[in-house]
Amino acid sequence: MSLTYTVTDSRVMIKRCIRRSLRDSEAFFTALLLPIVLMLLFVYVFGGALNTGGAYVDYVVPGLIVLCAGFGAGTTAVAVATDMSNGIVDRFRSMPIKGSSILLGHIVASLARNIVATTLVIGVGLAIGWRPTASVLEWFAAAAMIVLFALALSWLAAAVGLLARSAEAANSFTIVLMFIPYISTAFVPAHTMPAVLRGFAEHQPFTPIVETMRGLWMGHTSTGAAVGHVAWIAVAHCLAILAASSVAAAWLFRHRTAT
Amino acid sequence: MTYTVVASGICKTFGDQVVLDHVDLAVETGSVLALLGPNGAGKTTMVRILATLVRPDAGTAMIAGHDLRSDPIGVKRSISLTGQHAAVDEVLTGQENLEMMAQLLHLPRRAVQARTAELLAEFDLVDARSRRVGTYSGGMKRRLDLAISMIEKPPLVFLDEPTTGLDPRSREQLWSTVRRIVDDGVTVLLTTQYLEEADQLADMIVMLDGGQVVARGNPDELKASLGAEVVRLQFADDFSFEGALSCLEATHADHRLRTIEVATEGSAAEVLEMLTRLGEAGAPAVKVSTHRPSLDDVFLSLTGAGGPIRNESKEMAR
Repeated sequence: MSLTYTVTDSRVMIKRCIRRSLRDSEAFFTALLLPIVLMLLFVYVFGGALNTGGAYVDYVVPGLIVLCAGFGAGTTAVAVATDMSNGIVDRFRSMPIKGSSILLGHIVASLARNIVATTLVIGVGLAIGWRPTASVLEWFAAAAMIVLFALALSWLAAAVGLLARSAEAANSFTIVLMFIPYISTAFVPAHTMPAVLRGFAEHQPFTPIVETMRGLWMGHTSTGAAVGHVAWIAVAHCLAILAASSVAAAWLFRHRTAT
Repeated sequence: MTYTVVASGICKTFGDQVVLDHVDLAVETGSVLALLGPNGAGKTTMVRILATLVRPDAGTAMIAGHDLRSDPIGVKRSISLTGQHAAVDEVLTGQENLEMMAQLLHLPRRAVQARTAELLAEFDLVDARSRRVGTYSGGMKRRLDLAISMIEKPPLVFLDEPTTGLDPRSREQLWSTVRRIVDDGVTVLLTTQYLEEADQLADMIVMLDGGQVVARGNPDELKASLGAEVVRLQFADDFSFEGALSCLEATHADHRLRTIEVATEGSAAEVLEMLTRLGEAGAPAVKVSTHRPSLDDVFLSLTGAGGPIRNESKEMAR
């Protein structure tokens, strides 16, 4: 009985958050436009000057996916922060419903937004000449990587949104997350960077995630490491972020709304 | 006599600030109790504690037969809270808000539709049902908020400053809505800083100031506690005003207008005696008027000169 209630509560909250994201027309169009504009910008404006050992579009698709996910995480953080400053969370909490379903609504909506953005990046990429060599199985593996990454980032965003207390503060998180991918192998290979940056680029979480997708789709990574090897590092990073963020978010949710 | 709320010895401190200091409260079933006090008096904190949103540092409370500490879920099932800011989703429509809340209360699918339609009609929101709540007026938002509170008609409804920021017409409308809820048999605990609101709605008033109960009683008792008539005296200059202040027991004094209010029995002899005394003290009054004590007079005499706008910074800090 209480399980069916939890399912109902979660379903209602998910519907609410998805409705909210669809009706925020400004953010919705930005989220749709961004992948397309970034793709064209990187491939046709910067791409010509960048030598990544092949067509730049073949290199950059995974990078754009994480960049859009970073932007999406910002949207999620703002949505959570806005919600927490609204009296409606008090009402939810004074009702006999699971607090976790409120966060779950945000997470699922965030995941849905990420999947739409990723699909757009892939679609536009294919349209302008991206030619992955992946098998069906490798496509599934890449999709799983993206979903795991988006899930981890969504929980991180929810935790930041709970911590931020205001939409403006939460928004600055977008800037950070949209900047970090640049110092990874998302857009240029790490060996072209100065030593200090290279060290950071090679070891930060975005790099194995990007390289896993790249390896699965194109058959080789930009660092020369085996796909199987970077994939485990990427999964470990994502699981660590997921675990830490979901615990932090649950704790913050209980304590932020308790006073 | 049965009580829906019995709270005793509720204490709460935020940091080093004592917000509630051993507050006792009892709300008779089917009645309206108003928690009245200036900003920062602790009204909202008291409501949030009784609604399980804030844990008290000390004290016990039984809400609709459920112990606040040991059975918060039981309490949650028996109450509905309407806060200072309408707790509605502004991006959704009025109808979607009601449906969502009805689903969260686990009403069967068909009951969700039926109850939503009923409440939209009852709270005069039928025409606005398909509009986003963000486009509603303040009064409409509060009505929707109350409609949501009434989905399951809980035994107890908390209204935290339900008419703050509303224009007079919307306020009157909301009052009649609250009266209808009470006629339906719901017990109401409301907070307000408007004395008129307490006078209009409450069967029982508890006045809070600085986290402590300073008075309690029904509106008539509270007014009678000040005597039968309030005499207001106006003075020509600061000298006579100060002189009068030192020889009278004022319930309220206004330095700018140079007026002093004194509670009396209302007898001519008493007023004459007072005027004579002022004349002898060299502080003659230039104008005299009398009126029946209002809750404002009680409030001002109990909470000190600053009145309702005092302590604003406290509330902000919280």
